[in-house]
Amino acid sequence: MANQAQAVSVSPVETPQKRPRSHELNALFGLIGIALIFELLGWLFQGQSFLFNPQRLSIMILQVSVIGIIAIGVTQVIITGGIDLSSGSIVGATAMIAMSFAQVGTYPRAVYPALTDLPVVIPILIGLACGLAAGLINGLLIAFTKIPPFIATLGMMVTARGVAKWYTKGQPVSFPTDGFASLGQGMTPVFIFLAIALLFHVALKYTVYGKHTYAIGSNVQASRMSGINVERHLVLVYAIAGLLAGLAGMVVAARGLTAQAGMGVMYELDAIAMAVIGGVSLSGGRGSIVGTLIGAIIFGVIISGFTFLRLDAYYQEMIKGVIIVAAVVADVYRQKMRPRAR
Amino acid sequence: MAGEERKVILKTEGLTKHYGGVHALEDADFELLEGEHVAIVGDNGAGKSTFVRQITGVEKPTAGKILFEGREVEFHNPVDAREVGIEAVFQNLALADDLDVPSNIFLGREETYFNLGPFSILNERKMLQRSREALEKTGVKIPNLHNSIANMSGGQRQCVAISRAASFASKLILMDEPTAALGVQETTQVENIIRGLKARGIPLILVSHNLRQVFNLVDKIWVFRRGRIAGMLEAGKTDGNEVVSLITGVQTGVHENASYI
Repeated sequence: MANQAQAVSVSPVETPQKRPRSHELNALFGLIGIALIFELLGWLFQGQSFLFNPQRLSIMILQVSVIGIIAIGVTQVIITGGIDLSSGSIVGATAMIAMSFAQVGTYPRAVYPALTDLPVVIPILIGLACGLAAGLINGLLIAFTKIPPFIATLGMMVTARGVAKWYTKGQPVSFPTDGFASLGQGMTPVFIFLAIALLFHVALKYTVYGKHTYAIGSNVQASRMSGINVERHLVLVYAIAGLLAGLAGMVVAARGLTAQAGMGVMYELDAIAMAVIGGVSLSGGRGSIVGTLIGAIIFGVIISGFTFLRLDAYYQEMIKGVIIVAAVVADVYRQKMRPRAR
Repeated sequence: MAGEERKVILKTEGLTKHYGGVHALEDADFELLEGEHVAIVGDNGAGKSTFVRQITGVEKPTAGKILFEGREVEFHNPVDAREVGIEAVFQNLALADDLDVPSNIFLGREETYFNLGPFSILNERKMLQRSREALEKTGVKIPNLHNSIANMSGGQRQCVAISRAASFASKLILMDEPTAALGVQETTQVENIIRGLKARGIPLILVSHNLRQVFNLVDKIWVFRRGRIAGMLEAGKTDGNEVVSLITGVQTGVHENASYI
């Protein structure tokens, strides 16, 4: 876009080209460093190891799995140069709606008394459809009305939260069938997270879908001139993000065996933070699922590290905010270091 | 060449483009022959880029006809233009900075193993190999094709863009100010690529501000002024003075040492 603005005083063509160290590697070093700091602090203040505790590690990975699923969708949105603020609310709305079709017949106050004990695929499909619909609306708004993604998804954030509250007039929806509950039991959320991560790692790295996602985030104009159907692609990207938020909503409801209208508040920001910590650039074009995966684990390590050190929840929130801003500052700094800004 | 009947590759009849009340291009009759390299020159806002955008399907003309190889064509988007064999190198370096060289060369027409719509698996190996061939054909040397374009010099980037256009065996290449942002050495490199295209018989439309370059490279010069074609001059039979007077619309009084010659 602003390409011709840079008057290039050019170095000869043979300039040696150093490959900058990948963001994933940086994030991995960060992860190791942070884990070691907590390990050290653990021995200093708690007299025990932070890392060598399978129970703590499994709780930690479980905690990040739900938001991690969202972060996968958000990662591709951010790579296109957009943002999705609606995922937390989609989690709430989907949790409520899917759960209402997954209740057991023995529970007298089911939302739909005639529709209890349904096979598990029905609530799952309904939940996925809800997430997909919300994501589609986001995508269509962004692609065709050209409003900034920030505004479109902010609107969806408020609207979907409203749907979640209106759906049962604020009443929680509980007592799922065993089949539905199994979505969130044990380590199932972790497996879902890892499977989704693998799927989208392949999609972003080895398919046309991925190539176009990066291209759009890199240079929309060039993408359009090269014949990429930018609008269709954006709709697809946001729809998938919505779908994944819907999936996360069902997992979170199944895990807690109940759905509440307030579920998923601030998840969108945690998901964005995971992506940004993992090296996904908010200006688009760069980032990867591997990075986001590492970012999610860093996020989990920090949260469970604070819990381990018995730090107040208040401090946790404050520090979470600092981390998000620090990650974005690091990204902006990296942009400046680039030989040629867009 | 003289007297020989050559095929007309591209012809426009009454090509017109209005942006609301702005008449950017008015009634342009243009013609390009087989194997011919022509330049489009003109002042800022003369309609050069607008003309290029109509030919390449980036925009749809308000009125007029485009004939390609004798058949009337209508382009709804750049892909349509590419499908008939028109490739373009745009002023703003239409490259995706964060992608590597093969990805940029194949942007929008990636090679895949089998078609699964957007989720087709990319054939990176084939793209890499064909990119190498394309760069070789245009004589461009880039050390590491897997580097992202952002890490390359302006000249290398422009060479990638031109190689992309040249590699798809196109019947016509348009270049909109290909050397505007380049240094001396890199400009020379781009000019050599253009000479290579001439040798291969690929027709070219070159939009340029640089009259020295124009006289060095092309057969004919089409001059645009205020959205209209002011005239066509044969590069061998004219001089900078005549071209400049057409560009400015001033028939006389152009000093022969004027800076824009």
